[in-house]
Amino acid sequence: MPDPIVVAEGLHKSFGDTHALRGLDLSVPRGTVCGVLGPNGAGKTTAVRILATLSDPDAGHARIAGYDVVREAGEVRARIGLAGQYAAVDEKLTGRGNLRMFGRLSHLSRRQAHRRADELLERFGLMDAADRQVAGYSGGMRRRLDLITCLILRPDVLFLDEPTTGLDPRSRGEIWDSIRELVADGTTVLLTTQYLDEADQLADDIAVVDHGQVIATGTPDELKATIGDRLDVTLEDPAALPAAATVLNTLAGTEPTTTDADRLSVALPATGLRLADIVRELDHAGVAAADVSLRRPTLDEVFLRLTNRKEPAR
Amino acid sequence: MTALTTPLGRLRWTLTDGLTLVGRELGRLRREPGQIVAALVFPVIMVVLFGYVFGSAIQVPDGGDYREYLMPGLFAMVTFSAWLGVMTRMAADASRGVMDRFRSMPMARLAVPFGQTGADLLTGLLMLAIMVGAGLLVGWQPHRGLIPTAQAFLLMIVLRYALSWVGVYVGLAVKNDRVADALVPLGLPFTMLSNAFVPTGGMPGWLRFLADWNPVSALTAASRELFGNPGAPSGDVAWPLAHPVTAVLLWSAALLVIFVPLSLRAYMRRGR
Ligand SMILES: Nc1ncnc2c1ncn2[C@@H]1O[C@H](COP(=O)(O)OP(=O)(O)O)[C@@H](O)[C@H]1O
Ligand SMILES: [Mg+2]
Repeated sequence: MPDPIVVAEGLHKSFGDTHALRGLDLSVPRGTVCGVLGPNGAGKTTAVRILATLSDPDAGHARIAGYDVVREAGEVRARIGLAGQYAAVDEKLTGRGNLRMFGRLSHLSRRQAHRRADELLERFGLMDAADRQVAGYSGGMRRRLDLITCLILRPDVLFLDEPTTGLDPRSRGEIWDSIRELVADGTTVLLTTQYLDEADQLADDIAVVDHGQVIATGTPDELKATIGDRLDVTLEDPAALPAAATVLNTLAGTEPTTTDADRLSVALPATGLRLADIVRELDHAGVAAADVSLRRPTLDEVFLRLTNRKEPAR
Repeated sequence: MTALTTPLGRLRWTLTDGLTLVGRELGRLRREPGQIVAALVFPVIMVVLFGYVFGSAIQVPDGGDYREYLMPGLFAMVTFSAWLGVMTRMAADASRGVMDRFRSMPMARLAVPFGQTGADLLTGLLMLAIMVGAGLLVGWQPHRGLIPTAQAFLLMIVLRYALSWVGVYVGLAVKNDRVADALVPLGLPFTMLSNAFVPTGGMPGWLRFLADWNPVSALTAASRELFGNPGAPSGDVAWPLAHPVTAVLLWSAALLVIFVPLSLRAYMRRGR
């Protein structure tokens, strides 16, 4: 296992009475994508701001490539890129103008800054819009420009705070493609998201954050395995729903959820149950099932279970 | 980036990065020259409105021409727009995350406030030049020769620079472009409550006190004196009007001493 390039240990941060972080730990191996997944207000942005040297923790510490984010902030800044929750570019300038300006501010020579701007515009498909004012860009183009602005200096670690929030599905897909390109270059990416499919699609490892703490970590598959398989039952007659619920409750040891007028879903214990047993028990109770199926849980279900939320996160 | 670790390197990068940011502001202006036009429409309306409409009924103290009396006041008004412009720009950058991007980059940290105030100085010079043209058109003139005229403009520039640091601080403090935009209209009554358009002699006592001590009045009085325009204060007047040049210099020094450290602290502070 390679050395972690991002390490956070016991981060605490309060804003007045709000404990945004309560001992957050994180470790991201070099060259991987870590998805920090959590509902609104979980503390994702606060954690990213500390890791990107914008804010100091009240307690705990964090290192990027071995440099302390508080005491060696300058060294850290030379190695990271940050795309925050808003597209932080100058609306009045053109796309090319923005990249050149940020290139100059990254202390590239004028020639280098111009060359790098063109390279990035070309590679990430913004060349056609390069000389238009950013104010006229679509939301997706703006985020893409924001993203490539972080790449001017080829950072070792890229922090992306909810890179696709508020985008339409097509723009999201484009941002995902851009992120995959970066990862192919070997950049380590820490991305926060409220979208489970985003974490599922992009992340090697996921850290589920709630109330300022990491409550679970693992690959998407590992996380899914922690809560066992799901059983979906579709009834022939919706009137049999209460009877079916009782059967499933007894078998699985937890209350099933009604996903439709005639559909029930329940998490099975990690030990598992045989499909044949389930069908037989339903039959005993006089419940006619149109369909009974076992499947891996979705990350949504993992997430709901872990955070005990009633509503899906999105 | 290693150069950032030595004091000399830091100074050099502060200058270089500051210039890049000045270039950014000029790039914005080139794309939207309308901003300068918008900033100037108001004083030009004032030239017409006061110069020709109200002016016909306003009595200048020593019986001079009202438009000659008015122009120094309008120069002061343009000067005092500095803090509003800088405030809006700082607040916009802070609320859109651009400031965070600057802060997370390995650039010279002080370049941002210095770049912003430096850019305002350049736009200020451009605006002054346009106002001088407008003034000459409506019959205003400096009468005392090159040196005092140059001194008057220098005073405006010094005070403008000091005021732009007020803008840096307020912009960083409000951090929200909508709040900043809402503050802008406050600039108007502040400049009106002065000797810029009418003599303060006729105001009720408490109002007159405020107007006399308003730095807008000091700058207006100083320019009238240095340009040789009518309405230069004489006789028994408040201290800032009796010594307007000194008063403007003191105001500038005080604003810089207070707001430069405050702004730098607000900019460097981490953790929101
Ligand atoms: N500057 C701040 N002042 C006060 N409260 C804050 C501030 N920043 C964040 N918070 C609070 O801290 C908690 C975590 O916020 P945040 O890190 O933005 O969550 P997320 O990014 O996961 O949505 C929230 O309850 C939020 O209201
Ligand atoms: Mg957030």
